[in-house]
Amino acid sequence: MTDPLSKSGLSRRSLLTTAVAGSAALTVPARANDPAITELQPWMQSLGDGVDARPYGTPSPYEADAVRRDVPWLTADPISSVNFTPLHKLEGIITPNGLCFERHHGGVAEVDPAKHRLMINGLVDKPLVFTMEDLKRFPRENHVYFLECAANSGMEWRGAQLNGCQFTHGMVHCVVYTGVKLKHILEEAGVKTNAKWIMPEGADASAMTRSIPIEKALDDCMVAFAMNGEALRPEQGYPLRIVVPGWEGNMWVKWLRRIEVGDEPWHHREETSKYTDLLASGKARRFTWEMDVKSVITSPSPQAPITHGKGRTVLSGLAWSGRGTIDRVDVSLDGGSNWTTARVDGPSHTKALHRFYHEFDWDGEPLLLQSRAIDSEGWVQPTKNALRDVRGTESIYHNNSIQTWYVQKDGEVENVEVG
Amino acid sequence: MLKSVDLSLLPLPAAPLLPLPPGEGRGEGIATRTTLTRPSSKARGLFTALATLLLTTPALANDLGRPATPAEIAAWDIDIRPDGQGLPEGGGTPADGEPIYNDRCASCHGVFGEGEGRWPVLTGGDGTLQDDRPVKTIGSYWPYASTVWDYIHRAMPFGDAQSLSDDEVYALTAYVLYMNDIIDDEDFELTRETFGEIEMPNEGGFIADERPDTMTLAKGEPCMSDCTDGPVKITMRAAVLDVTPQTEATTDEGETVMVAAAAPAFDAGLAEKGKKVFKKCGACHQVGEKAKNRTGPLLNGVIGKEAGAVEKFRYSKAMKKAAAEGLIWNAETLGWYLEAPRTYMKGTKMSFKGLSDEDDRAAVIEYLKQFE
Repeated sequence: MTDPLSKSGLSRRSLLTTAVAGSAALTVPARANDPAITELQPWMQSLGDGVDARPYGTPSPYEADAVRRDVPWLTADPISSVNFTPLHKLEGIITPNGLCFERHHGGVAEVDPAKHRLMINGLVDKPLVFTMEDLKRFPRENHVYFLECAANSGMEWRGAQLNGCQFTHGMVHCVVYTGVKLKHILEEAGVKTNAKWIMPEGADASAMTRSIPIEKALDDCMVAFAMNGEALRPEQGYPLRIVVPGWEGNMWVKWLRRIEVGDEPWHHREETSKYTDLLASGKARRFTWEMDVKSVITSPSPQAPITHGKGRTVLSGLAWSGRGTIDRVDVSLDGGSNWTTARVDGPSHTKALHRFYHEFDWDGEPLLLQSRAIDSEGWVQPTKNALRDVRGTESIYHNNSIQTWYVQKDGEVENVEVG
Repeated sequence: MLKSVDLSLLPLPAAPLLPLPPGEGRGEGIATRTTLTRPSSKARGLFTALATLLLTTPALANDLGRPATPAEIAAWDIDIRPDGQGLPEGGGTPADGEPIYNDRCASCHGVFGEGEGRWPVLTGGDGTLQDDRPVKTIGSYWPYASTVWDYIHRAMPFGDAQSLSDDEVYALTAYVLYMNDIIDDEDFELTRETFGEIEMPNEGGFIADERPDTMTLAKGEPCMSDCTDGPVKITMRAAVLDVTPQTEATTDEGETVMVAAAAPAFDAGLAEKGKKVFKKCGACHQVGEKAKNRTGPLLNGVIGKEAGAVEKFRYSKAMKKAAAEGLIWNAETLGWYLEAPRTYMKGTKMSFKGLSDEDDRAAVIEYLKQFE
């Protein structure tokens, strides 16, 4: 096993320091020669691993920092819990499978696909059972969709709390799903005319259930067995999950074993006790399914400070909406007084992450960075205070407000609120 | 057998083809790449019809899957609705439910439903929904009693789902409602027939989605310059709170296993099997460097240690008594305990039903030997 980190005896921090010093040297008239060039590095001389060293490839050991992380104090135990996508480490719009955040209610079920079944019952002409092999005989489709937990940014309702976009916004991921449109499967069973709702159910120890209106089920819902070109990961519902584009992640039931068709919603725990939005009036909204327009700057951010000093700087971020595509992202460097429209780059899929950039010359003075997304339906991302004015601070879910990052003179970045 | 698709042989469906829904085929944000060459305008109509046939209707035999049998549906169709649909035969009273609750539920939810640690609070919170810190419980928040029945039955106790009989679920539901003063009489029998008599205090507390309740372009363009009254001030800083987890990289993130130095007769293969068995224990017990007491005590060094000896853990009277009598956990005693916890030690707080398989017990004990 070669581990460059341990071999060199350098800590990550000292590596970072070296990198900072090295790049700083470039801005000064160079006298000293760069040892990265003038000295022979080990990888230039000795042979590396052969082709079978990693039958399933893994990232460079220098990328050991790009991992999911949890916030231990959030939940009672690590089994019914959540961790967060390292958004600050990602590029483009696709989340690698191993970095997609996890949220389980009964741990990661390890399901044998040969013993997995999907049952369709309730208000159908003929209740059916499908094996995984049966499902792969339906016409397949590929779609890129984000999945966001309704509680993403839920810890920030009362104010700036967690220092890092991984923690404030990391309950989102975006992958390309391969699967079958749910309508084909429902049509196979024959949906009765009085059907108004469906209820997907998981095979895990929490047997997760949610009520979904039949219109959505017949519109763009999918039953997916692959993500980013390979089988679903166990923590994302292997071998089968329902895809409910643009809607609360909790509805995307994993380890999908059954779909019941009915004429009324079920009002189960995850749509009454949880995933209802308590307002200041004491009333709670229910069935708030769509994830609203939202954006966050992923760099600079608390976990991705500016290390190169003043001068040319790339601001990068993500925007998404459960109601369509992103039409525009504005960014502010002064806490929301003045805005410039950012450059959205890369593919623009409906209900998928969008990548935006804004390049600028940093003068080395403190900045208050914000981003504001506008979606194809004309919904505008609100400020934190605008959202609190209408929702109070106890909604938990659907916090899509504008995030502020405070960039200090030394390039360090902090999560703050502004007034 | 492979079949090539010959359009002329495709049977015409008896029912009309599904119309193309509005929006379908227009692409979803980005244009769908098509490899079809543009046909002449005369041919286009027919061509589009065929393309529609191919793209939107499988036009294949309607024979995937197989009928579900009544017994299969009965095994999986466990959901309950507010109108009572799905409730089975049977029943139970709060008085029936109390001992079951204390045995199976109180270790996490507390004897009075107050919740241990961060486990869910089940009782109290009446009239707090408009408060600064509302307490959302079954009594103060849940709109339907059917949800309680359904959830206990499908997912509780945590780590031993669907182990309760229908009568036990009725009894527990009745007891939880009794603890919330929703049922007054401890001998009220909750059944499919009496379920409709339950009135949940917050049933009327829910409203429909009212969005958009924030700005849309229909209400005007967002401000682009001089949008604030003077320079912006920082009003709150996350660093002051200091609740963000440490994010320094470690080489083996999350790996907490400490391997003991060459313990005699240690079977690594068996221990590896035990690691899987331990998943059943992991809901309540932790091992390793970062292990803490949870619902159950941490288990580092449990093999060879006196029973009831983990600091700061609140043991049951039964466990304290066993400890006073000199119980030591070794492969033999722990094996007996794990086989049937509440038979071996009547009154233990451990609500786990036990490991009936001897191999599983041996494996998990071997696994535990690794942790000092």
